[in-house]
Amino acid sequence: MLLKTYNRYTATRSLDAFKNFLFVFPAVAIFCIFYIYPFFELFNLSLHQWQGIGPKVFIGLRNFQELAVDKVWWTSMGHAGYITLIALTFQNALAFALALACDREIRLKHFYRLVFFIPPVLSEVVVGILWNWILNSGMHNGQQIGLFNNFLAQIGLPHLIHNWLSDPKTALTCIAVVHAWKGFGWGFIILLAGLQTIDRQLYEAAKVDGAGMWRTFWNITLPMMLPVIVLVVILTILGSMQVFVLILSLVNQGLVYHTEVPVTRILGAMSGTNQFGYACAQAVILGILLVTVSFTLKSFSNRIKQA
Amino acid sequence: MIANKYLIQGFFKNTLLHIFLLTVTISCLFPIFWMVRSSLMSNATIFVDQSLLPHEWNWHNYAVAWTKGNFGVYFFNSLIYTVSVVMGIVIISSLAAFAFSRLKFPGKDALFYMFIAAMMIPLPGSFVPLFVLMNKLHLVNTRFGYILCMINVGLSLSILLLKTFFDKMPSDLEDAARIDGCSRIQIWWHMALPLAAPALAVVVIYNSLNVWNEYILATLLLSDNNLMPLQRGLMVFNGAYQVDYPVLMAGLTMTAIPIVAVYLFMQKHIIKGLSSGAIVG
Amino acid sequence: MRRLVSWMFCAVLAGMALGCAQAKKTANEIEVWHWMTDRQDSLQALAERYEQQTGIKVKIALFAPSDSYTQKVIAAAQANVLPDIYGILDKKSIVASFIKAGYVADLTEAFKADNGAWEKRLFAKAINNNRFVEGNVDKVKPGIYGVPLDVSNIQMVYNRALLKRAGIMKPPATFDDFIADAQALRRVGIPPFVTGFGEMWIVDCFASNYAFNIMGEAKVMATFRGEVPYTDPDWIAVFALFKKLADKGVFMEGIVTKGNKYAEQDFALERAAFSFDGSWCVNIYKTMNPGLDYGVLPLPPVSSNFPMRMWDGAGSSLVVNDLSPNKDKAVAFLKWLTAAEQQTYLAEKTNNLPANRDAHRAFTDVLGGFSKVMENTTHPNIWPLNEDPLVVEAFDKGIQAIMIGDETPQQVAGEVQSVKVRQMGRAARP
Repeated sequence: MLLKTYNRYTATRSLDAFKNFLFVFPAVAIFCIFYIYPFFELFNLSLHQWQGIGPKVFIGLRNFQELAVDKVWWTSMGHAGYITLIALTFQNALAFALALACDREIRLKHFYRLVFFIPPVLSEVVVGILWNWILNSGMHNGQQIGLFNNFLAQIGLPHLIHNWLSDPKTALTCIAVVHAWKGFGWGFIILLAGLQTIDRQLYEAAKVDGAGMWRTFWNITLPMMLPVIVLVVILTILGSMQVFVLILSLVNQGLVYHTEVPVTRILGAMSGTNQFGYACAQAVILGILLVTVSFTLKSFSNRIKQA
Repeated sequence: MIANKYLIQGFFKNTLLHIFLLTVTISCLFPIFWMVRSSLMSNATIFVDQSLLPHEWNWHNYAVAWTKGNFGVYFFNSLIYTVSVVMGIVIISSLAAFAFSRLKFPGKDALFYMFIAAMMIPLPGSFVPLFVLMNKLHLVNTRFGYILCMINVGLSLSILLLKTFFDKMPSDLEDAARIDGCSRIQIWWHMALPLAAPALAVVVIYNSLNVWNEYILATLLLSDNNLMPLQRGLMVFNGAYQVDYPVLMAGLTMTAIPIVAVYLFMQKHIIKGLSSGAIVG
Repeated sequence: MRRLVSWMFCAVLAGMALGCAQAKKTANEIEVWHWMTDRQDSLQALAERYEQQTGIKVKIALFAPSDSYTQKVIAAAQANVLPDIYGILDKKSIVASFIKAGYVADLTEAFKADNGAWEKRLFAKAINNNRFVEGNVDKVKPGIYGVPLDVSNIQMVYNRALLKRAGIMKPPATFDDFIADAQALRRVGIPPFVTGFGEMWIVDCFASNYAFNIMGEAKVMATFRGEVPYTDPDWIAVFALFKKLADKGVFMEGIVTKGNKYAEQDFALERAAFSFDGSWCVNIYKTMNPGLDYGVLPLPPVSSNFPMRMWDGAGSSLVVNDLSPNKDKAVAFLKWLTAAEQQTYLAEKTNNLPANRDAHRAFTDVLGGFSKVMENTTHPNIWPLNEDPLVVEAFDKGIQAIMIGDETPQQVAGEVQSVKVRQMGRAARP
């Protein structure tokens, strides 16, 4: 008797679990077909030598061995790191400053909020082509074509006129700046949302205690914002390390190796030199790196939250 | 006297703040203004005339972009893809997020972490296996195939956003509903979805941006010109045999305007959605 | 609101279903994939004419830019969804892989039919680009695998008015003349030379022209076989040319990141006096600046030891999909497309040099200049063997590095050679 009830109990429970599973089934099905399968195929291909068509030759880890000593690949990692660094420091500092400014009761704050998110809604193709046009260093009848160089000439700084996108000293920085221009709105909007969840009473209390602006910032705003900041940092790293459409539309096929980033290398290995296996190996390494970084940051933030 | 001093200090602080904010505003808007301005120039004047407004407004460029660039078709396609993908994502991801947050089933955590991990792995290298797979499924060069792929792209983040939101939502109401005999699917449809409107707004706008601005998968999966979305048309434009800056800028403007308009229309929802804790968590 | 949402969802599902039910291709339809933006309209017009004449519908699909076209064709080959007619815009070894995988029909018989009538109509050079000879390194069955639509070659063009302004009355005959002219142009503030050095193939083309001139074809091929190192003085001399051109201020600013179409615009709008461009530029210059007064000449040679060789553009060839059920119809269409009447039409509309000899009418000034060197051209596709793609990449990127002053010719030579050694080792492995 008791057993029967128990059996019925487990039966309804597993039926229940099955019904519950049906909720995630569409998502899991799509995900398995369009993500998991290509994902494993990627690992599989990374162990092969393959021209794209024709036979695949299994070569074990040789692609990875070659990748380990591929100077250009690691330089490209460095470039993406540089873009990420600028995004993390200048871009996010700007985003945070703007978010703090717009969190106060100031005039026009809705307008500012509206405007700062416009660059992020434009596509990378649009932004890249547009800035390529603005930073154009060409001359026509002795006059600068590009808006920026022309502006420099107009305000009496002609000595600053420069081939922005074709000088190895400035090209990567220009890319990073345009990337930051396109990206800071994301950080701004997320940080602002975070700031607005902070209880106003905490600020009032701090004011009553006689805390100044800086102390309030250090003791209330920053600790409360830490999880949001970590989120922005993770999103920035993931976005910046994978940037490439912007680069393609800004500097064409690139300036020697000065504007190479991992994804352009992957694309180059795939369509430029037809080493599909090698391209997949590069994708695998980049993927592992990004996963490691973001999971480390996430667990770091969790630990702080618990403490 | 003292009050006056504070007032003056406050005034200066405020002015400085506004100067800072206005500088950023101009740097955001001016490039876009320049794009529109350049799209109204002619080939004869674009390299010569550096004035702020063109002396003669050359709308002809838009007609050229529209007809030669086949933008009418691309525009319609982009619209179909954006609406379909966003609808699909909203339904599928809210079902999944609801289950991840509220329901029990074996392997729940593992599946959830699988989705999260997917957000962090770059796609470029997996294009080729994806394409081979799509062909095996006979989905190459179909709207349906592209829509499914794009749903997959947006799924992970949407699930994460919605799950975080559901986690924060009090479950009292749902418990009451359950006691009243509501089924899970009814709770999802009648309670979870309406309550999650702010988070759904974020999901909608985020994915609209993503689909509208996507072109790599479109290039790979859609070979029929009648199926291609706007970004692709822009690439044809930019990759064309000749440089025609005014028409190129007209193409850029036409690609940018709809999404900016949608954003302006939806922006209240974004802020509200974000601040009600969709991302922050 | 939610009713609206569910209604929309149903509409979307219906839309998806409609999208799924794709129209099946009929037996009387052939599909062509190409990348030639400038020829799309003319090809479309010809396709309509063909349908009127034969009742066979030809669908012309353009995929641009060319690098995304390349990627698309490779992906389509993997999935076996190639159209009836397409072009392979890639190295000959890739073409060989396509042939070995069965995606390219052997057209030798069609060309040889009726005593070789089709073959004789077309330029031998143009056909050779699509030919695999006996004993080719790719081990492909010898034969002709593609149909050339038009021919082209790449030479130097010069702006007469700008040269005159710098007091130069005749175009340079030697490399040193060229440098001197460039400096004269600099003195009057005219950027001397522009080309699309942002695109690898132009760097490759420019450099290999001079390599042929300095050391001759035999030594270049010996280098590819690994018998001569890139650190050989002759190769260093090739690299050093770029350093000299850069040091003497010959290059227009920003040349290293310039896409060729931007370089073409610069030349057409008289922002630079010299350019290095293919015969297709005639059409482009004409639309951008009809009044441009310019001439064409081969790159000025630096040495008299060996002849200067010009690259021809082997790009505009189409192949027939061997797996296509409409193979015969596809071949018939290509035969029609390369007949004199259609070739003349294409040449008139697009200012390209037709592949059909009969269509080579008396060309005017510039096109004539391009036309007359056709017999003196060369291309990697007709060389007995090609360099490894990774070595080519190191070679081209190295030259770009020299042009922006990053590296010296010796450094680049050393780096290219080390890649070469590595790739030779890799090829020798089982």
